[in-house]
Amino acid sequence: MELDYPIKKIIDDKGFFIDSTYEKQINEKLVKEFYFNMMRIRTFDRKAINLQRQGRLGTYAPFEGQEASQVGSALALGSNDWIFPTYRDHGATLTYGADMVRAFLYWNGRVEGCVPPEGKKIFPPAVPIATQLPHAAGAAWAEKRKGTQNAAIAYFGDGATSEGDFHEGLNFASVFKVPVVFFNQNNGYAISLPIEKQMNSATIAQKSVAYDMPGIRIDGNDCFVVYFETKKAFDYARSGNGPTLIEAVTWRTGAHTTADDPSKYRSNEQGMNIVDPLSRLEMFMKNYGYWDEQWINEVNKKITNEIESAVDEMERFPAPNVDDIFDHVYAEMPAHLAEQKKTYLTHLRGTAK
Amino acid sequence: MTTHLKESNHKNEMTEQMTMIQAINDGMRIMLEEDDRTIILGEDIGKNGGVFRATEGLQEKFGDDRVVDTPLSEAGIIGTSIGLAVNGFRPVVEIQFLGFIYPAYEQIMTHVSRIRTRSMSHFTVPMVIRAPYGAGIRAPEIHSDSTEILFTHMPGIKVVCPSSPYDAKGLLIAAMEDPDPVLVLETMRNYRSKREDVPVGKYTVEIGKGKIVREGADVTLIAWGAMVTIAEKAAEQAAQQGISCEIIDLRTLYPIDRDILSQSVQKTTRAVIIHEAHNTGGLGNDIISIINDTSFLYLRAPVERVTGFDVPVPFFSLEEHYLPTPARVLEGIEKVVHF
Repeated sequence: MELDYPIKKIIDDKGFFIDSTYEKQINEKLVKEFYFNMMRIRTFDRKAINLQRQGRLGTYAPFEGQEASQVGSALALGSNDWIFPTYRDHGATLTYGADMVRAFLYWNGRVEGCVPPEGKKIFPPAVPIATQLPHAAGAAWAEKRKGTQNAAIAYFGDGATSEGDFHEGLNFASVFKVPVVFFNQNNGYAISLPIEKQMNSATIAQKSVAYDMPGIRIDGNDCFVVYFETKKAFDYARSGNGPTLIEAVTWRTGAHTTADDPSKYRSNEQGMNIVDPLSRLEMFMKNYGYWDEQWINEVNKKITNEIESAVDEMERFPAPNVDDIFDHVYAEMPAHLAEQKKTYLTHLRGTAK
Repeated sequence: MTTHLKESNHKNEMTEQMTMIQAINDGMRIMLEEDDRTIILGEDIGKNGGVFRATEGLQEKFGDDRVVDTPLSEAGIIGTSIGLAVNGFRPVVEIQFLGFIYPAYEQIMTHVSRIRTRSMSHFTVPMVIRAPYGAGIRAPEIHSDSTEILFTHMPGIKVVCPSSPYDAKGLLIAAMEDPDPVLVLETMRNYRSKREDVPVGKYTVEIGKGKIVREGADVTLIAWGAMVTIAEKAAEQAAQQGISCEIIDLRTLYPIDRDILSQSVQKTTRAVIIHEAHNTGGLGNDIISIINDTSFLYLRAPVERVTGFDVPVPFFSLEEHYLPTPARVLEGIEKVVHF
């Protein structure tokens, strides 16, 4: 089976073209867009870990090592498409247009962090595993029924493929031929469980056979192959052909979250042979004359400024409002809940004296 | 019964004799005609018209893209319906039996009921889940659960449970027009047990309001679904002993109509709660709390509960021993009266 699903790449580990047919489609603008977004989300990610260590953010789920997968796929979306992320996909949502202040707020225990900018169809991150796959299938189904050209993407990890909702989502999407892309980031580990203990199958892509949908296995650390293959899957979906399963093979460099210690379940040597997606892009840029030191410095400065000011804004964000826990449960608050709210607010005022 | 039409937001003199299942079918038909966003989903609901025929004729009339036969996949049905709902549709999902809803429990508990809160009302899920529930029709095992409490302990969703054809149609339409998710529990025992006059047009029964189905002075009986009939039979027997029972059909299990409970109990000063769900953790406990909070000093006796036992609902050869009977309810009534 593994032979049926070879890992597709456009550039190799040293940043040279393997598939030169893409040379014409890759221009300076695109390369710089990749670099900017990948560097931006890496800086965000590292900043978030630091803030957590300093007690300025809650538990955080880092995505370092997966930047090519997240940026490559998110840049392939159209502006009216739907995105159904997990908690480890803030790199993808930030690239798609989520607000960085809100991304920090999310990890600071603020519900405001789930609210997307107006007009951006970004769903709150799925926290249980694989539940977002049926959601994406449903949202895509609605687009199909409305007769639009919009599609949806669902992000999920390798562990999610063991859940029932993975199969139910793929089955629904294939039965009703809805425009959805199932984008798997196979990062090798589900918390502590390695892929070989997660599944008996050699690849995740091969699971597409059961649903008679296209399945493709790509190098998730090659931003170009991620971008072009995701775009292809979206074109396929928009043309009314239905869903695609993409397995982007990547590597979670760090811990599952800031609350765990990966040295307990894997050795430091593991993953040493995997070339970091940003280093690989840097080599590519140098190999093909896209590396412009001055531009890089400017971009890095711009990113640092954006992140510093987002952190600043997150920390200056208005204090959480206790009303919010009551006010967004129903469109119209039931009487007993209104009573609970009133009693509690009275209690708060009393103790504040 | 004259209060019925007062509850309706659209008076229509034309009525028809309908069973509960016909009234439910009629409610869906009206909303499919009126609102393009309505989409009905479920297992075997198309050509087959659903295992209880609740959707009979609807696919033929409205097409298979509005009355959709889905794969056998409860989590998939609810999960995709979330996607449909946040993207402009109003899904009405049939789960074949409440006892089969558990694969979808995660989708309901974690997403259906919580998306409004998690997105600060940016995304909402106007979805209706219909589920036949309860024992007493000699159904195969696992088909007879009455686990409403699993859904009343779930902020973000409403739970209704009509016992009559009129209420079934009115509450279903109200649920379909509600901006929030509503679980409609349909007692299988009452699907065809009686006919009554039901307006042929559109009307709603307000969610969150109980109904006095029998007025009385000595004891308040509180019931819903199939247990309303049991309460009525017990009240007849009690009347022969000169005990006058008032019966509340709760109709909505969340949010509970606290006013109707307190007003009635303060009048009668005694209460018996009847539910077929298990005793421990049953909704009766919440009702006792409400009575305690609102009417404690009016009570002449501790509130009595007549419920299903704390055992899995038995195979049907023994289900009559699990379910509250008029005789057991009568014992409860006598206990509170002679306390």
